[in-house]
Amino acid sequence: MKTTEEIYAILKTKFGDVVNDPVTGKPAEDYFSVQPEEIKNICLFLRDDGELLFDNLMNLSGVDDDNGEKKTGVDGYYTTTGGTLSVFYHLESTSLKHKVTLKVSVQRENPILQSVAEVWRCANWHEREAYDLFGFNFLNHPDLRRILMPYDWDAGYPLRKDYKNPEFYQGMKVPY
Amino acid sequence: MGLLDKQFNDGNIVIIKVEDLLNWARLSSVWQVGFGLACCAIEMMATSDSHYDFDRFGVIPRPSPRQSDVIIISGTVTLKMALRVKRLYEQMPEPKYVISMGSCSNCGGPYWEHGYHVLKGVDRVIPVDVYVPGCPPRPEALLEGLLKLQEKIRNESLVKKSA
Repeated sequence: MKTTEEIYAILKTKFGDVVNDPVTGKPAEDYFSVQPEEIKNICLFLRDDGELLFDNLMNLSGVDDDNGEKKTGVDGYYTTTGGTLSVFYHLESTSLKHKVTLKVSVQRENPILQSVAEVWRCANWHEREAYDLFGFNFLNHPDLRRILMPYDWDAGYPLRKDYKNPEFYQGMKVPY
Repeated sequence: MGLLDKQFNDGNIVIIKVEDLLNWARLSSVWQVGFGLACCAIEMMATSDSHYDFDRFGVIPRPSPRQSDVIIISGTVTLKMALRVKRLYEQMPEPKYVISMGSCSNCGGPYWEHGYHVLKGVDRVIPVDVYVPGCPPRPEALLEGLLKLQEKIRNESLVKKSA
């Protein structure tokens, strides 16, 4: 059983600068962020290392950090430029009974990061959902299609803060 | 109505208008599409079960829309599902009826403002005969909706379809 700090220390010695300092003391769980290009290697290490053994990806979810430059249009909606989108990984070890939360932030205009679908098979659908609702481009994902929204949905990614709902979809009026 | 009140001495003869006979037959056996969408579908299933017994009004779930008379839209109609709902409705033979069950399919329900994926009322894609309010409606409310539909069918005319 290891705390977030101990897991962070192990990763820091193994991977160095791609692992950032942990964020603690928030009402939510402690976490630390890692660089997007190394996330798959880190996840493989977390899964296979004998004293970590994170065999369970409990959840993978996207977040719009809403830290870009906002510009309000005439229709009341705003568009965001710059800033980041983030993916959170909630991991658990069923044998060692410890948990950890990772965060990966990517540029809003080009949200590219490694897929972990080969590390944990359940990440396949979680990443499709994150792609569907936020537009993350998971590299080397086996089947990166929309999973909830219709396949021909072309109005963008609904959970982004600057999302604007379309007037019509397939001839059906969308707003109330 | 007068099915039973105009009997002759011979018990096998009944005088009735064709219209009334057809309406009586239709309203006594409204077969529904075996189709549920969300939590309202649970109440709809409860209505079908022995305690409330939809079957006593002649409502039997059918596995195919081509054998059905009524489709109960029981739950949230997403934009993705709306296209399928419309197709199911179009596959049903005339005369066909629609019961919109619950707030979601009536008007979008709790998703009316921020539900980017929800159709704000199933009446935007198919014509609805009876709206049953509730979130979800109790089985009694759905039964009441069915009785309203039966009332509507009872007053239909061969010349002019009122529903």
